[in-house]
Amino acid sequence: MRRYSAFAIAREGLRYHTGWERAWASPEPKKRYDAIVVGAGGHGLATAYYLGKNHGIKNVAVIEKGWLGGGNTGRNTTIIRSNYLQDPSAAIYEKARSLYETMSQDLNMNVMFSPRGVIMLAQTHHEVRGYQRTAHANALQGVATEWIGPQRVKELVPIIRLDGPRYPVLGGLWQPRGGTARHDAVAWAYARACSAMGMDIIQNCAVTGIETEDGAVKAVNTTKGRIETAKLALVVAGHSSELAGMAGFRLPIESVALQALVSEPIKPAMDVVVMANTVHGYMSQSDKGEMVIGGGTDGFNNYTQRGSFHHVEETVRALVETFPMLSRLKMMRQWGGIVDMTGDRSPILSKTPVGGIYVNAGWGTGGFKSIPGSGWAMAELVAKDAPGPLAAAFGLDRFREGRFIDESVAAGVAH
Amino acid sequence: MSTRLESLGRLIDRSQPMTFTFNGRSFKGYAGDTLASALLGADQMMLGRSFKYHRPRGAVASGAEEPNALVGLGQGGRFEPDQRATTTEIFPGLVAKSQNHWPSLEYDIGAVNSLFARFLPAGFYYKTFMAPPAAWKTVFEPFIRQSAGLGAVPEEPDADRYEHLYHHADVAVVGGGVAGLAAAKAAAATGVKVLLLEQSAHWGGRAPVDGGEIDGMAAEDWVSASVAELEAAPNVTMRLRMQGFGVYDHGYLIAHERVGDHAPGEAAPRHRLWRIRAGRIVTATGALERPLAFAGNDVPGVMLASAMRDYLVNWGVAIGRRVVVVTNNDDAYRTALAFKSAGLDVAAVLDARASVISPLAQAAREAGISVLEGRGIGAVKGRNRVSGVLAVRQQGDGGAGEEIACDAVAMSGGWSPVVHLWSHCGGKLLWDEADAMFRPDPARAPSGADGAGFVLTAGSASGALTLAGGLADAHAAGKAAGRAMGGKASRKAAPKAGAEASQPIAPVWIMPEGAGPAKRAKMWLDFQNDVKVSDVQLAAREGYQSVEHTKRYTTLGMATDQGKLSNINGLAVLSQALSQPIPATGTTTFRPPYTPVSFGAIAGEAAGELFQPVRQTPIHAWHEAHHAHWEPVGHWRRPYAYLRGTETPADAVTREVVNTRENVGLLDASTLGKIVVKGPDAGRFLDMLYTGMMSTLPVGKCRYGLMCNENGFLIDDGVVARLDDDTWLCHTTTGGADRIHAHMEEWLQTEWWDWRVYTANLTEQYAQIAVVGPKARAVLEALGGMDVSREALPFMTWAEGELGGFPVRLFRISFSGELSYEIAVPASMGQALWDRLWQAGQTRGIMPYGTETLHVLRAEKGFIMIGDETDGTVIPQDLGLNWAISKKKDDYLGKRAQSRSFMASEDRWRLVGLETLDGSVIPDGAYVVAEGRNANGQRNMQGRVTSTYYSPTLKRGIAMGLVAHGPERMGEVVTIPTIGGPAIKAKIVDPVFYDKEGAKQDV
Amino acid sequence: MLILECPYCGIMADETELTPGGEAHLKRATVGSTDDAFESYLFDRKNPKGVHFERWRHSAGCGKWFHAARSTTTLEVYGTYAAQVSEPPKELVAKIKKKCPGWEGWQ
Repeated sequence: MRRYSAFAIAREGLRYHTGWERAWASPEPKKRYDAIVVGAGGHGLATAYYLGKNHGIKNVAVIEKGWLGGGNTGRNTTIIRSNYLQDPSAAIYEKARSLYETMSQDLNMNVMFSPRGVIMLAQTHHEVRGYQRTAHANALQGVATEWIGPQRVKELVPIIRLDGPRYPVLGGLWQPRGGTARHDAVAWAYARACSAMGMDIIQNCAVTGIETEDGAVKAVNTTKGRIETAKLALVVAGHSSELAGMAGFRLPIESVALQALVSEPIKPAMDVVVMANTVHGYMSQSDKGEMVIGGGTDGFNNYTQRGSFHHVEETVRALVETFPMLSRLKMMRQWGGIVDMTGDRSPILSKTPVGGIYVNAGWGTGGFKSIPGSGWAMAELVAKDAPGPLAAAFGLDRFREGRFIDESVAAGVAH
Repeated sequence: MSTRLESLGRLIDRSQPMTFTFNGRSFKGYAGDTLASALLGADQMMLGRSFKYHRPRGAVASGAEEPNALVGLGQGGRFEPDQRATTTEIFPGLVAKSQNHWPSLEYDIGAVNSLFARFLPAGFYYKTFMAPPAAWKTVFEPFIRQSAGLGAVPEEPDADRYEHLYHHADVAVVGGGVAGLAAAKAAAATGVKVLLLEQSAHWGGRAPVDGGEIDGMAAEDWVSASVAELEAAPNVTMRLRMQGFGVYDHGYLIAHERVGDHAPGEAAPRHRLWRIRAGRIVTATGALERPLAFAGNDVPGVMLASAMRDYLVNWGVAIGRRVVVVTNNDDAYRTALAFKSAGLDVAAVLDARASVISPLAQAAREAGISVLEGRGIGAVKGRNRVSGVLAVRQQGDGGAGEEIACDAVAMSGGWSPVVHLWSHCGGKLLWDEADAMFRPDPARAPSGADGAGFVLTAGSASGALTLAGGLADAHAAGKAAGRAMGGKASRKAAPKAGAEASQPIAPVWIMPEGAGPAKRAKMWLDFQNDVKVSDVQLAAREGYQSVEHTKRYTTLGMATDQGKLSNINGLAVLSQALSQPIPATGTTTFRPPYTPVSFGAIAGEAAGELFQPVRQTPIHAWHEAHHAHWEPVGHWRRPYAYLRGTETPADAVTREVVNTRENVGLLDASTLGKIVVKGPDAGRFLDMLYTGMMSTLPVGKCRYGLMCNENGFLIDDGVVARLDDDTWLCHTTTGGADRIHAHMEEWLQTEWWDWRVYTANLTEQYAQIAVVGPKARAVLEALGGMDVSREALPFMTWAEGELGGFPVRLFRISFSGELSYEIAVPASMGQALWDRLWQAGQTRGIMPYGTETLHVLRAEKGFIMIGDETDGTVIPQDLGLNWAISKKKDDYLGKRAQSRSFMASEDRWRLVGLETLDGSVIPDGAYVVAEGRNANGQRNMQGRVTSTYYSPTLKRGIAMGLVAHGPERMGEVVTIPTIGGPAIKAKIVDPVFYDKEGAKQDV
Repeated sequence: MLILECPYCGIMADETELTPGGEAHLKRATVGSTDDAFESYLFDRKNPKGVHFERWRHSAGCGKWFHAARSTTTLEVYGTYAAQVSEPPKELVAKIKKKCPGWEGWQ
């Protein structure tokens, strides 16, 4: 892999950039791999990367039905934070956040991780208590967060209105090292690093069936032929139930649409990421100047990557209340992605009823921020056939035992 | 030199001149001008700076597809960034400023980027700015952010208002050009209800500019006649300045009407968002001309040939006095001919096609225009405006050529149907080789609720680019849409236009074909985002081969025009780089909106006080008058405390608590949920809903109940009263009323549908007032009418009667540990009863109290609060509420769940009281720590604080919490870390801090 | 914005009048069921790409729950029917089979 640097750009600039090599190879699949990851999104590619880097398993293929990074990795609002309430969530999201801190250097590609800080606004007394609880929990979990009052919120977000008639801003939970990153670049950087380790990233290759023998995985059938493996990681947000079905088991998952939108670009107006859970909206400003906005999910099963416009209306209405200047900006583009929601809204990193098959699914609306931590934990699970501490609590068995990881607790909803 | 001519200008009214300012300078235009036409008419060629290199830019188009001419419009509360000058109608006093430059449009420091352009290729930022790690956020990114972004930030609150409107139509026709008019007429003739909308201020679209005859009339006259016919039709609604910007599932069309943009002021809403449900949507959205990629194609004065024709014919503005036309198809000849006939100079037509024999080219030759075959542009001369071109052989590398002096370049790379609305809901495209364009595949239309296609395309939006073909197509689409919606058969004939012979387009994407890297780095594809041919080729070389990868790597098509001019050219260049056919590359996804839509319009009227309704109890005004410090509770507003004089809320709470314990307090409990459950099977039903036994509750008695969900978790609590043999009244929490009613209905309707039970949510039908404290009985006795003695109305009973003349239901229940009555009256009498109680209490020290006092009183008594002690992860057993779980019942919702291993575990955190050793108040949300750390390095926790208050009664901090094995550890001291302070030591105690025997409430 | 016919009111209701309620025809497992059966009842979902039988409530209308058979990939609505049944009407199943030849059936 030829390294990226300012020097390399200068050298290439002098010869019209004719010397750049491919970021990742595009091979045909081999007959057999030590491990196959299905899904070349951020989670799948990170899983493959850490299989190689942490566990020395490099005879790996990452199979992708479409183009790499084309699912939710390329459709989210790029927020990175780890101010979660429950121990297992805080652990894996903080692991992810800390890996984001040095991802550009580790992978030699600028993913533009920008720790600009994340505020979760408290707009009811219930939320105030919820976030104060989270701040206490985070302090014990080693996650740097802080409860801040309304005036500090205003200093950090000058365009905010504190005294809206409906939901005044009572304060917020502030994570100064939360922020954003360039979502596509995360997938590309992992793909490039995987490719450099000799792994095969095979795009436009759909899985059509999973072969098992004596309760263990034997091979996958794909549109590019049959490929044998003893370890199969399913990392396919939005298609998890379908793949599980091919392997003969069901998941506690329903797939729904989550929408996002961006405004036209303007000069810097808001440096931090703001989330307002009471009114179901969150917003940050991209480096290009667009206000990047996300809202809630539709409630019905949906695989169309389109959502209902009334949810966009609700999100925009709420944000215009909180940020009056938005009213005179314009929505430039809206889109949707399909997120997998589990029974407790927390992810699944688990062994499955089939030997050698592992599933990483159900990140719901939290997928992007968890990519490196999820990949790290998933790689350990696949390599050792047993979860490490990061993944331990996220097994499928929790639904049978009644041992849930419920993050809605602090979200200001009275469950 | 761009000038206003004496003649032409069909859209302007020269009798109505208007003045406006651009960058502080005064300009003159006419009614009917767009900002772009007025500025161009005054030779203001440069209108903005590009995003990345800050290149000088002028208008390249004349409509919604314009990528360059964006301005900041208006001032103060009416300022708006990123407005397209090409679609902004001028009005007297308009104020506009160009964007993205410093210090001025003419001298922009940012243009230095242009000098380093070769070191700033697509995606350069992914390859650098990585060291040192902190520098991205602190050094590089702030610089990039400041130089990116386009428009300025609005600073004042929006001075305008917006509204939403619903509309239902059988057929909605989007686009009011001749195709839209023909489609609307054909649909209307079937008798169905038709809506026709047009984004601009004028009907007719391009046809009046392009000329031609329809049904024997000049196109313009046919448009007038058609509009008159449609306006007269009772089944047709028509709107100008309204763009159908998004097609959503099941025939939902959203349109944006610019009501007041052209005449700002208070009189009308600025924008109106139409929520349209249509049986069929006909998109007559036309086609967009594509630019050509040649070096310097972004210099101000290089413009789409059709746009140059628009400025000439519609607004009487000649972009140049001496024009070069460059094309790969016939249509651009119309521009050459229009210029020639307006008496302007056409230096040459450079046609990439090797031999040009079409009638239009012949006409040009006959008009004396020089047509150079097999030619293209090798370079554009000039920096801030065009001064000439280098005409080169299209087949060559652009090395040698003939310099032609000119002051404007009209370019045409062919036409692309506007397929956005067709595609929003999944309509598929096919590649039309002959016309070199993607067009809708009618066999793969977006399907609706019934599975049938619900979008049809009409005219050039279908790919029918000729006048005759387009009209026939549009008529057929309108008719088919009307018929599909049950319209009658119609004999109305399609409008007729003469056939035009034409010569096929040459699919030329790069000019000249063999241009080297230096030239390709100056061929713009995406003008606004500064994406060039070389960038797309670099992306392909680096493996960003999917069209989505290329888009995201280069930012092609990601600007405010969303690639209207750049996408097709970009993917054609990508296809060439990958040596694959264009359809194998495919397009990126078309997403709404077609053009950007104001957030104000999307939010609608629901702003400020109208954002969300506030629920008020019948006694709200009294609270307000008595200085309630409000707390939002769901949609309700409840008094948190009543402030007297200079009291803080905390002072007020202390006073209210003490007074209620010593005298008597008054609480507005009207927000509590009140659900009547009635029917022969009501008892059985409630036994399933509550963990306790409700069927055995005697008439006249009250019982505290807990409700769990099927997953075992506690979701609500409240007192249930049995009203008569088959009727129960269930009180819920304030937040629970609607949710629990829905929960009941869900189980009744979907699981036990044969049970004879009826429910009604009567929360708002009754006002409920709690009279609480040792003197409560005396207050009620003063009202008179009911025996409220302990004997007549013991604790946990209720009675109906007349109290002080009010028909009441009187409950002896207590959430405070005090003698307490809750009085329910019809909502309309709530205020009157409150007033009477208030009067009667004056001599007894009565004070109203708010929600915080309610919380403190209940916490002193160790009563749990849903939402504090519970958070969706707590089961009744955790809270020591086993006494409220019937052991006699086989089943209740949640019972099975609570037997799962983790829920039955002895290790769960359980409710206890926590008493700080120093009497301090534990902070909200604190945790109880255990020794050591877990495998993830986190401090081990063994519990958490669920409620914590200063108790004015005990004059110390009290708390409740959930602690592992808590009830077995009474007296043990635990550690509770605080943030930024020393850890607190607290003793595990019984959660009931006050009146442990319950003597005070049962008197 | 989906539009579904409420089988009680007989009106076409916009999605904004409706509340979705997840997979239909789940059989309640309760006291006496195995942990696996109970887990399956509460959590395991078909979540199909294609025909989905699901529950909706006409919450801002008549308040009634009803069932819908809807495609999760095209959003086509094959039919709606009352909630007071434990399986979809046979005619509806036949209609869907005809429309979707490869469909595996409602169970």
